[in-house]
Amino acid sequence: MGTLNILVSVCLIYVIFLFLVAFGAERAAMQGRSGWLRSPIVYTLSLSIYCTAWTFYGAVGFAARSGLEYLTIYIGPSLVMIGWWWVLRKLVRIGRSQRITSIADLISSRYGKSNLLAVGVTVLAVIGTTPYIALQLQSVTVSFAVFSDAYNAGGPVESQESNALLVAAGLALFTIVFGTRNLDVNERHHGVVMAIAVEAIVKLFALLAVGVFVVWGIGGGVSDILDRIDASEIGTWEVQGDRWAALIFLSAAAFLCLPRMFQVMVVENEDEGHLRTASWAFPAYLMVMSLFVVPIAVVGLDLMPAGSNPDFFVLTLPLANGNEGLAILSFLGGFSSATSMVIVAALALSTMVSNHIVMPIWLKLAGTGASVSGDVRHVVLLTRRISIGAVVTLGYLYFRLSGGGTALASIGLISFAGVAQFLPVLIGGIFWRGATRTGAFAGLTVGFVIWAYTLLLPGFGAGALFSADMMAHGPFGLSWLRPQAFFGIEGMDPLVHAILWSMSLNSLVFFVASLVGFPSPLERLQGAQFVNVYAHSSNPQSWSGSLAQSEDLMVMAQRILGAREAQDLFEREARNQGVTGLLPEPSPDFLQLLERELSGSVGAATAHAMIGQIVGGASVSVEDLMAVADETAQMMEYSSQLEAKSEELTRTARQLRQANEKLTQLSEQKDAFLGQVSHELRTPMTSIRAFSEILRDSELMTEAEKTKYSTIIHDEAIRLTRLLDDLLDLSVLENGQVNLNVQSGPLAEVLDHAVSTALTGGGSDRLKVTRRRTQEHVRLTTDLDRLSQVFINLIGNAQKYCDAENPSLTISVRRRQGGLIVDFVDNGSGISKSDQAVIFEKFARVGEQRASGAGLGLAICREIMARLGGEIDYLPGQGGAAFRVVLPTEQAMAAQ
Amino acid sequence: MNEGRKSVFLERQSYRRRRLVDTIRILPLIGALLWAVPLLWPNQSEGAVSGSDAVIYIFVVWFGLVIVGAMLSRAVSKGGVNEDQGEL
Repeated sequence: MGTLNILVSVCLIYVIFLFLVAFGAERAAMQGRSGWLRSPIVYTLSLSIYCTAWTFYGAVGFAARSGLEYLTIYIGPSLVMIGWWWVLRKLVRIGRSQRITSIADLISSRYGKSNLLAVGVTVLAVIGTTPYIALQLQSVTVSFAVFSDAYNAGGPVESQESNALLVAAGLALFTIVFGTRNLDVNERHHGVVMAIAVEAIVKLFALLAVGVFVVWGIGGGVSDILDRIDASEIGTWEVQGDRWAALIFLSAAAFLCLPRMFQVMVVENEDEGHLRTASWAFPAYLMVMSLFVVPIAVVGLDLMPAGSNPDFFVLTLPLANGNEGLAILSFLGGFSSATSMVIVAALALSTMVSNHIVMPIWLKLAGTGASVSGDVRHVVLLTRRISIGAVVTLGYLYFRLSGGGTALASIGLISFAGVAQFLPVLIGGIFWRGATRTGAFAGLTVGFVIWAYTLLLPGFGAGALFSADMMAHGPFGLSWLRPQAFFGIEGMDPLVHAILWSMSLNSLVFFVASLVGFPSPLERLQGAQFVNVYAHSSNPQSWSGSLAQSEDLMVMAQRILGAREAQDLFEREARNQGVTGLLPEPSPDFLQLLERELSGSVGAATAHAMIGQIVGGASVSVEDLMAVADETAQMMEYSSQLEAKSEELTRTARQLRQANEKLTQLSEQKDAFLGQVSHELRTPMTSIRAFSEILRDSELMTEAEKTKYSTIIHDEAIRLTRLLDDLLDLSVLENGQVNLNVQSGPLAEVLDHAVSTALTGGGSDRLKVTRRRTQEHVRLTTDLDRLSQVFINLIGNAQKYCDAENPSLTISVRRRQGGLIVDFVDNGSGISKSDQAVIFEKFARVGEQRASGAGLGLAICREIMARLGGEIDYLPGQGGAAFRVVLPTEQAMAAQ
Repeated sequence: MNEGRKSVFLERQSYRRRRLVDTIRILPLIGALLWAVPLLWPNQSEGAVSGSDAVIYIFVVWFGLVIVGAMLSRAVSKGGVNEDQGEL
């Protein structure tokens, strides 16, 4: 009896010690001295909640019953941890970037922040976890009973049950005190994690101590134990291959999907670097935990009386050998395993229940939704506390109702198989963008129905829920639906059968339903975010906030985050936006940030819904979709935009360059023109001035001289006038202001007129004009005066510049496609190649100036011909100077 | 010239890093294969593998995985910052 009292007091002291550890850790964290609290070692140790009382006590029992099969339970998680780069790293990154609060939150967030999905996952998690909590309570009470048995020879059953109640109440209290002290946006609980880490050390130390005692205390060292193993009833390898593989897979899946594992692994993770250490340290922990299990089982089977429960060899072996201290330590190890599991499981489940079930309902019932008055934080904390109480109570009730019998012993693996149903949805969600909410729903439903039908319900024992007849022949005589022989495939281990069918059909339905359905924009955005979490850790989904909502948002945020935190957040954001005052603009960026902060407190779906109530719905714009479209698509879009822009720039630059060139050219032309004009005007002016001065100043002058000088002045004045006329004419022609006087007449007449006009005056006898009259029977409809002006100019030029001894000009006319051609060819030396390029320019004169003329004639001709729709060109290679005038067809008609 | 040599050095380092990540990725597969070896052991009583040998084999694999995993995670943490590139 004394030992039992000691046990109780040790237990109490231990619990008080745990409270103190948790309290100290919370204080240290509040004072900002949390550095040592969150080392990789603490993270690794906190993962050890995987090793519950079921593994602490049960592993030895498992080994005693089925040999080395118990190792699968540790090998699966070891592989997951060693393969951290594949899945865990991504999960942790997603959890941190999306402020994930639980596995239900992760799944709901991934599949379009669907609250229905979150509720489903939460309910299934509660169903899967409650028996497990019951199992922990049972282990604690039974281990108490082991001590009572040893000294009391069978204690009353009522005291056992009151023990369980006490333990349950104590655990609920601990979880409430340290799990819901505050509503941390990061959802991290330093006190709880620290206490768990301490418990992890205690249970490892306890099991090692018992192991060392067994190997070196009872047994005779390593070689003796190895001999005993070979000699024992579990001495040969008798593990069924299918169970070996299936259990490794199952434990690996459960390790990822258990709500409590997700809580410590992802939610409580402080630093991704910790995962790196845990990737080898946690397998090492598991290895050490399982190292002495077989020796303990073998020695227990050897020494303990037949029929004693192998589950409690870790307690009974030291007790039977009179080592009570070790037995108490071992008890504390089991107690630690049980309590840490219950604490974290209750914490994780309460977060899920309050975020995904209670809060949405409360928000809906509160009528005005997110804008109701009062502190929502208070409500959240209260629902968490009630949820913790409810979860632990459920576990207790399950323990009471199931009677704590053998049904519980097998519940561990059944529970594993239940939560493992999350695996396809979880893995598909983070690796496959095509996974949809419909698929997730369908897959989870099918998986859980099959799990319940093939494993959970039959697990209560034949005749309990399913009749023996139904087990043997299937429901309604449908033999292919027998719970443990689907499709008539018999002879499989029930657990392997259930895992095989539930997981494969779950995955298949999830995959097919995802393929068939079409996801909503938000789902696709979230999918891209999760799958490509390394590429972009930001949240591109955007709220379209309007003004005057910031205040409402502030009111809401204060109630969830706390007044001070919310004000700090808003002020900081306002400063970042460059807005004066406390309220930032409800820009999409700000709303995203706020949503993520809120989701740390109440979960993604609820936060999304709350902001949606105030802002009026998230808009997924085309830009958002673009933003998360394939990287390649983005790059292509971007580069094509760039390309278009640069093309446009090049085009503009080219146009600018051309315009600039033209302007420069025009400016040069203008300068040259002005220079030419002044020069041309100056020459006659100079002679006029000179001769008029002579006339004025010389008194002794003959009449003949006077006449001569006056004539010169007169000629120069005429020349000036002609020059000015030409300039005027050219300017009118160039500006296009000329009015054409369109007439009809024969070409021959125009040429006659031109020849006679051009050859009047001096030197007319010198130029001989040759024409072929027969060619000239063409009737023209054009401005005949202007045309004749061109001809006069050309004939005049020939007369002036033809340097042949007997100058002659040949005018030939012929038709050709597209027009009438009139060629003027003289027999002079022609125009040099370099001059040909400039003769049509203004003031261009060929060679030395032998004759008067401003050099405007050909320029005028070209302008006239352009107005008349024809052209004038120099015709090279004709022996002398040759000009070709082309008239368009419509102006020329064959003579009548 | 100096810069060129430096960039070659960096190139080599990030190449090593990629291969290190490859090793980390392949390690769980190797572990799974090694732990799947017991599936090949005969289940009949004659010629069955003795319990002690099985225990030793499984724990040696375990120990090896832990040691290699520790070395790799140390190496990858020394490697520096751009862990994200491991995904490329």
